[in-house]
Amino acid sequence: MSETTTAPAPTVDQAHNDDHKTPGGARATLIKIIDGSTITSILAVVVALIVGALLIAAADPQVQQTATYLFARPGDFFSTVGTTVADAYSALFQGAVFNIDTSYTVGDFLRPLTNTIAMSVPLIFAGLGLAVGFRSGLFNIGGQGQIILGAVLCGYIGFTFEMPAVLHVLCCFLGALIGGALWGFIPGFLKARTGANEVIVTIMLNSIAAFFLGWLLTLDAFQRPDSNNPVSPPVLESARYPAFFGTSINLGFVLAIAAAIAVWWLLERSTLGFRLRAVGSNPDAARTAGMSVPSVTIWAMTIAGGLCGLAATSQLLTSPFQQLNGDIAGTFGFDAITVALLGRSRPLGTVLAGLLFGGLQAGGYLMQSATGTPIDVILVLKSVIVLLIAAPPLVRAIFHLPDPERRKKHHRASTAAAARSEATA
Amino acid sequence: MKLELRGVTKKFGDFVANDAIDLVIEPGQIHALLGENGAGKSTLMNVLFGLYEADAGEILIDDVPVQFDGPRQAMEAGIGMVHQHFMLIPVFTVAENVVMGNEPIKMLDLIDTNQARRTVTEISDRFGFDVDPDALIEDLPVGVQQRVEIIKALSRQASILILDEPTAVLTPQETDELMEIMRQLKKAGTSIVFITHKLREVKEVADTITVIRRGKVVGTASPKASQNELAQLMVGHSVALTVEKKPPELKGPALDVHHLCLLDPDGRPLLDDVSLTVERGEILAVAGVQGNGQTELAETLVGLRRPTAGSIKLDNHELAGLSVHDVLAAGVGFVAEDRSTDGMIADFTVAENLVLDQIDEAPFSKAGALDLAAIAEHARHQIEEFDVRTQSADVPISTLSGGNQQKVVLARELSRELRLLIASQPTRGVDVGSIEFIHQRIVAERDVGTPVIIVSTELDEVLALADKIAVMYRGRVVDVVPPTTSRGVLGLMMAGASYEDALKEEAAAAKKTAAKKAVQKGDDHE
Repeated sequence: MSETTTAPAPTVDQAHNDDHKTPGGARATLIKIIDGSTITSILAVVVALIVGALLIAAADPQVQQTATYLFARPGDFFSTVGTTVADAYSALFQGAVFNIDTSYTVGDFLRPLTNTIAMSVPLIFAGLGLAVGFRSGLFNIGGQGQIILGAVLCGYIGFTFEMPAVLHVLCCFLGALIGGALWGFIPGFLKARTGANEVIVTIMLNSIAAFFLGWLLTLDAFQRPDSNNPVSPPVLESARYPAFFGTSINLGFVLAIAAAIAVWWLLERSTLGFRLRAVGSNPDAARTAGMSVPSVTIWAMTIAGGLCGLAATSQLLTSPFQQLNGDIAGTFGFDAITVALLGRSRPLGTVLAGLLFGGLQAGGYLMQSATGTPIDVILVLKSVIVLLIAAPPLVRAIFHLPDPERRKKHHRASTAAAARSEATA
Repeated sequence: MKLELRGVTKKFGDFVANDAIDLVIEPGQIHALLGENGAGKSTLMNVLFGLYEADAGEILIDDVPVQFDGPRQAMEAGIGMVHQHFMLIPVFTVAENVVMGNEPIKMLDLIDTNQARRTVTEISDRFGFDVDPDALIEDLPVGVQQRVEIIKALSRQASILILDEPTAVLTPQETDELMEIMRQLKKAGTSIVFITHKLREVKEVADTITVIRRGKVVGTASPKASQNELAQLMVGHSVALTVEKKPPELKGPALDVHHLCLLDPDGRPLLDDVSLTVERGEILAVAGVQGNGQTELAETLVGLRRPTAGSIKLDNHELAGLSVHDVLAAGVGFVAEDRSTDGMIADFTVAENLVLDQIDEAPFSKAGALDLAAIAEHARHQIEEFDVRTQSADVPISTLSGGNQQKVVLARELSRELRLLIASQPTRGVDVGSIEFIHQRIVAERDVGTPVIIVSTELDEVLALADKIAVMYRGRVVDVVPPTTSRGVLGLMMAGASYEDALKEEAAAAKKTAAKKAVQKGDDHE
């Protein structure tokens, strides 16, 4: 029934809401995305790569040239398209996983992979933070601000105080955790106390954090003494993550994996996680079972903020980004949303999605330098992935997959389907 | 129009929801489809309505085979469906909802609202529905919303109307009105498929009864069959419709609710000076038409709402003002009225739902870490003890039928030592077999000395369980009366009459009522 797959989503949410009386469609949508299948995530990436291939071909001057005599010699056109796309994607792969051409040393061979891993660290940290929020039913858009606040504390401790190496790293790590947690606590507290929408509050707090950092960088305590630019002094050597085997992989990646395991334990094996998931799935039932929804909200946002704050450590405690500046958070806070959603808010999924995004970033540089393909293609890939994850019916329509809801035995599924069909009928 | 299903089979994986079902719906008849929750009634109707594709079998209209790829074709063939959950848009008017998807168009592609309004008025007048075409759906009571759904189906020339569990959401009064509407539609020549699991309703309006069990037609019956016969067909074993229970052994006062008041945000009283006492070993049933404060009373007792004034003393321990967590910790078990919203978490497993309100306690967790083995063991034990029909303890509770979901909720609440059990609508949307089981468990809990409060809008349930009955009307307790009180007196009290007035009125009206009933019976036999 093709008419059902193209039905407008709000009607589905409507039926969904009637069943569960969940507040607002946002939560329903969120639950839908998180409950989506692994297949959807994988296919989203595949479709993104296909769309990317079309763009790569379209942007290539040689392809454009052959297109002018497409009808005279179509073979030229198609073979040029083929080689262009293959060249670009093989460069992307070589830049992200391993370099086939250079086989001097094992280190060189694996350098792209180690770069990918290094680039994935902040995405994994922040992605985990957002995943915790999503699983608790909270749409935390404030990863950006939480990373900035983490960076402020982490950086200040890192370049101001002199300490023994291990202790210094630990203090910077805790600083990042606390800074982010504080910035997560604020919207959590406001939502718990006043019902303020966390989406709006976190977006606002992003701007506040950015301007706060800009102001701090004009102060003597933060600004580098020999510079007029708004940058801080570099973090001291003693506060850097030790690197492994001379590669760009350092302690940060190990800590990110440890954080993923900790988040898994929190969500699946702890009573707090049980409450987070309960409130995320059905706050009414959670309340009726005696759980305090406000306190769970505050915990969820605080933990989410803390994890996002840790993303700053990979920027500050690692060469070559060892100083605070206005661009310290990049777009990690926003990319992490995609990472968490692509990973369906599961710790393992988030790690894998983080590695994929890290790889796209790392490979994108080589792709641009080797084949002249604009690195903007990477941005397009990410955007298409976001689009497809947010609209699972689109992926299902492309691949003619059955709607999982229609297969459920439960009558709720059939009424939801009925609502959609009736809306289009 | 004659509708026939031949050998319709629908499978979901290994699960056979409909197994070679044959069904003939004669024109102008009310055909009841009776079966427990999960028997396959709704699936069958979804096949008929084109929402599911049958794996085998065929559908014939006036002896011509037809194939529906979707609801639209089913509607064009003259089949209308009123779902259990209404498919209406709350912020649209009645007229807009009725024409939605089939809008009359005038110049410039605009919706002809006058035409839409006329459609509603015309159908509404023909059947005496009394529906205002300009009213917003959200302002209408549930019973009227249902009529809008019926109008919607009729406006598309439906000659067969499928009503899926239409009385599940209605008050007793609204149910009576719906029965009347069904009789009128029948007179006008519309065939009705009436899906339900309520025996009394079936006996009241159906011309033919088909009983479905575990996806198969297990028999047809005439409406003259006794409730016991029907119940037996439905569940496959004889069902005691009245609960066997000994007289209560009172073991001293336990709960003392004193001058309890609750105001809504606008200052309107929801609970008005409610005072009640319940003794250990006694069941107090709170009766009343839905929306007279029973829901609020239960929610206030359990701490979900904070009373404006008054006290709730359980074993001389003040509960008013405590959080839900503390009330539960004080030994109160609570079965919420709306199971799917408040009683369970649909995508949590059965095992997780069984410990929802005990997750902080030993043995289910230690120092903030879950003890999965203890949770699994608890689930195994409770599933067995409460005869929960589920594939395993680790499937989401949403895969269970309503009755089995409710057993999970009850199993959870009864799994700890209780000082008070509050059960709101404990058997709403639950099949007959499970009702019996749930009632027995509640009585068993009373027999070990737990004070019990049952809130129910089903008079049958109230009369079956109560050791005393509190009738509520507009947030007040009208009176507390003995369980032997007649239905008539209780009905009058639900409309606000005091016990004495109701007794007098009942006696005076006895003759009149008898006369009226005779007339009504005459009408039915026409």
